[in-house]
Amino acid sequence: MAEGVTEGPLLAVQGLDAFYGESHVLHGVAFAVNGGEVVTLLGRNGAGKTTTLKSILGIVGRRSGSVRLRGAETIRLRSDAVARLGIAYCPEERGIFASLNVEENLLLPPVVKPGGMSAADIYAVFPNLLERRGSQGSKLSGGEQQMLAIGRILRTGADLLLLDEPTEGLAPVIVQAIGVVIRQLKARGFTVLLVEQNFRFAATVADRHYVMEDGRVVDMFRNDELDANMGKLHDYLGV
Amino acid sequence: MFELLGVPPQALFGQLLLGLINGAFYAMLSLGLAVIFGMLNVINFAHGAQYMMGAFTAWMLLNFLGVNYWAALILAPLLVGLFGILLERLFLRHLYHLDHLYGLLLTFGLALIIEGVFRKFYGSSGQPYSIPEELTGGHNLGFMFLPNYRAWVVAFSLVVCLAVWYLIERTKLGSYLRAATENPTLVQAFGINVPRMVMLTYGFGVGLAALAGVMAAPIYQVSPLMGANLIIVVFAVVVIGGMGSILGSIVTGFGLGVVEGFTKVFYPEASNTVIFVIMAIVLVLRPAGLFGRAQ
Ligand SMILES: Nc1ncnc2c1ncn2[C@@H]1O[C@H](COP(=O)(O)OP(=O)(O)O)[C@@H](O)[C@H]1O
Ligand SMILES: [Mg+2]
Repeated sequence: MAEGVTEGPLLAVQGLDAFYGESHVLHGVAFAVNGGEVVTLLGRNGAGKTTTLKSILGIVGRRSGSVRLRGAETIRLRSDAVARLGIAYCPEERGIFASLNVEENLLLPPVVKPGGMSAADIYAVFPNLLERRGSQGSKLSGGEQQMLAIGRILRTGADLLLLDEPTEGLAPVIVQAIGVVIRQLKARGFTVLLVEQNFRFAATVADRHYVMEDGRVVDMFRNDELDANMGKLHDYLGV
Repeated sequence: MFELLGVPPQALFGQLLLGLINGAFYAMLSLGLAVIFGMLNVINFAHGAQYMMGAFTAWMLLNFLGVNYWAALILAPLLVGLFGILLERLFLRHLYHLDHLYGLLLTFGLALIIEGVFRKFYGSSGQPYSIPEELTGGHNLGFMFLPNYRAWVVAFSLVVCLAVWYLIERTKLGSYLRAATENPTLVQAFGINVPRMVMLTYGFGVGLAALAGVMAAPIYQVSPLMGANLIIVVFAVVVIGGMGSILGSIVTGFGLGVVEGFTKVFYPEASNTVIFVIMAIVLVLRPAGLFGRAQ
């Protein structure tokens, strides 16, 4: 992903506000993700992590501020145009289409740039999906759904992946498997913005962590500073 | 002559054929409604008027431009489909985020306007449209006489219905449609231009109604209210089959046409109401319809 090598961060968010109807949910969110990094958004339930991802894509009711990808402003673009710049999204609720089978789900997101993984590469990373390729989306277990939700965005050539709580509600073995996958993706050159509540998991995959509270980014740690800041983190996350 | 259940076979098979013909139109129209409802969340009350426009477009193409039935079979759905796209751009697009009721009221109003305009120019009497030369005549099958044009209507509508089913359930394009029916926001966030897809889907559904109209022109007369009468029954068919189900609308359409035909043989007094009686029973026992998924 040579074109990721530009001056400045791959993704720069500044002064981002977002609204659902009358309720004002994000208040001047600011952070940046460099090409090739895995960066997390940590924070309690309702802090605004999901809304931040949705605002980057343009699928909240209303948003303002600045979201720049490789320096280019995207805040006024429609979500399909944002996706075509090379951002792919794995939603918190996974968004597997029940009326499509596994293979149709996998092949659904259109290729937006060259350089994506092939379906065969993805089946090699997630062998379970190959076995279940003919099954209806509605018949998958939670873990299989999550694998599929991640797998299907790797084909598109998007180099920035937005993953919303991929480990939520999954058994420890599957959480570990997802950790392996995220490290593989980083090694392949993907940039990942990961929303997590589980900071022990986050610490095993990420380079940096931003902490969100009440619709704002309130702190940032490098992964190697995490141990030194355990007390603060416990306060932020209420664990 | 032998009899079946006390009914001469000529009468029985004659009504069965009539039922299949009606069923063919029920199926094609309810299929279009299902496709539109799935994607746009709009109950397209203008469907009957658009069916009528298909028949009238074929009639005009023939009488003003000398364009024959076979060309009209392609041209009329395209032209009426484009008109549908115009309606979508101008009006429907603004209603998607609102309750079904608004789309229903808007398309109901559009139907009244369209039918009113045609009545102003053509009155309410019918214009004849003759059967294409290649399909005149018929065959005596021994137990009944089968007119060629009617055989064509049943066969061709079945082919069209199955092709639409295949397109939606078995192709890549169809997977986009099904996915966008479930979760348009996510499909768009993957980079697909969903608003354009919605627009084309409406045009396609309207074109399907117009195609049924062209096929109907030689059987029924071409008249401004030909769709208004039919669409009420078609809505009952849609309710029985389950709103939005593709296979459901095909099976229910043909099935209820046949049921109606048999009712004409065995209990003619009920033939105009049997579909509505079935609708009432289905609504009580299975409100989501025979093929619908309960929400
Ligand atoms: N669709 C919505 N409509 C109204 N309010 C919402 C909606 N989604 C989220 N919110 C509110 O926005 C705030 C942030 O939510 P969210 O971004 O989902 O937080 P997180 O992902 O950090 O748990 C919460 O107060 C939540 O109640
Ligand atoms: Mg969330």
